[in-house]
Amino acid sequence: MIMGMSFVSVWVLNQDSAKEFYTTKLGCELTNDLRLDNGMRWLTVRPEGSKDQELLLMDPAHSMLDTPTAEQVRALVAKGALSPGVLATSDCREDYKALSALGVEFLQEPAVRPYGIEAVLRDDSGNWYSFTQRTA
Amino acid sequence: MSAGQQAPPDLSALRMLRQARDRIDRDYAEPVGIASLAAEAGYSHTHFIRAFHAAYGETPGAYRTRRRVERACELLRSVNLSVTEICHAVGFTSLGSFSARFSELMGQSPSAYRAEAARRGGPAPIPGCFALMWRTGLPAAPGPADGPVPAAPGPADGPVPATGPGPAPGPADGLGQALGRVPAAPAPPQERLPA
Repeated sequence: MIMGMSFVSVWVLNQDSAKEFYTTKLGCELTNDLRLDNGMRWLTVRPEGSKDQELLLMDPAHSMLDTPTAEQVRALVAKGALSPGVLATSDCREDYKALSALGVEFLQEPAVRPYGIEAVLRDDSGNWYSFTQRTA
Repeated sequence: MSAGQQAPPDLSALRMLRQARDRIDRDYAEPVGIASLAAEAGYSHTHFIRAFHAAYGETPGAYRTRRRVERACELLRSVNLSVTEICHAVGFTSLGSFSARFSELMGQSPSAYRAEAARRGGPAPIPGCFALMWRTGLPAAPGPADGPVPAAPGPADGPVPATGPGPAPGPADGLGQALGRVPAAPAPPQERLPA
């Protein structure tokens, strides 16, 4: 049976900056930062409250993509077109305050939705995430 | 990206454009002029409009209009305010231009839209963020109907491209969200803008 996603790939523009952002601002734990023989840097972080799901912070320029495709992906990230998905939070409003104070850029403040409380944030590269506390 | 388009601008330029667009998303109800957005992004007025259009397929004025109309749709679905109140809540200054822009994008007047939404009933279980980003995010590839990029639009909204509003409007968002937005609450101070 399928157990879920163990790694979610996130295209980032700069892995050093992403590492800093995801660990010091979003509070993720650094789980790996390895250089592979093929030039790829395997950079993974785990959200503080996650047991088995990690984010793989990938640089398109050092991935399986050819150079023109990597440039297209980088442009899409920079212009804000891509979203890796939904970040689940245990307390959307409190985390919104804390993350805002750290300089995390929100597109939308917490709002009550039929399925929970949701805000929308961007990472340092331009990826947007729904930031949601689901209704119990 | 598409054939025939000029090469995409450099990443730092795209980042500045995205931040300008994010500001429109956040502060859609504020009387923020396109000229000041251009200045914040480090562009001349005309160059900003061209660069924004190249990146997002429509002018910043058109994007702001679409954002305002999209917010108006939510209020029309979920809040018991008059059309005039909603017009002002989302940043339009004239009921006439609100009704005209709304009808162009939605294919019906605000009142008709509200009546139809009431008939359709409750909210669909689709995350509102996806409606937000989908409907106000990247438009379909600009077609010939988009018209030329205006060289020097005035402070009012630029021409609205003739691209349709896309699929049916997103789900009715929560009343709290809608009400929270009515007074055009200023963005939290942490939401910094580029210097």
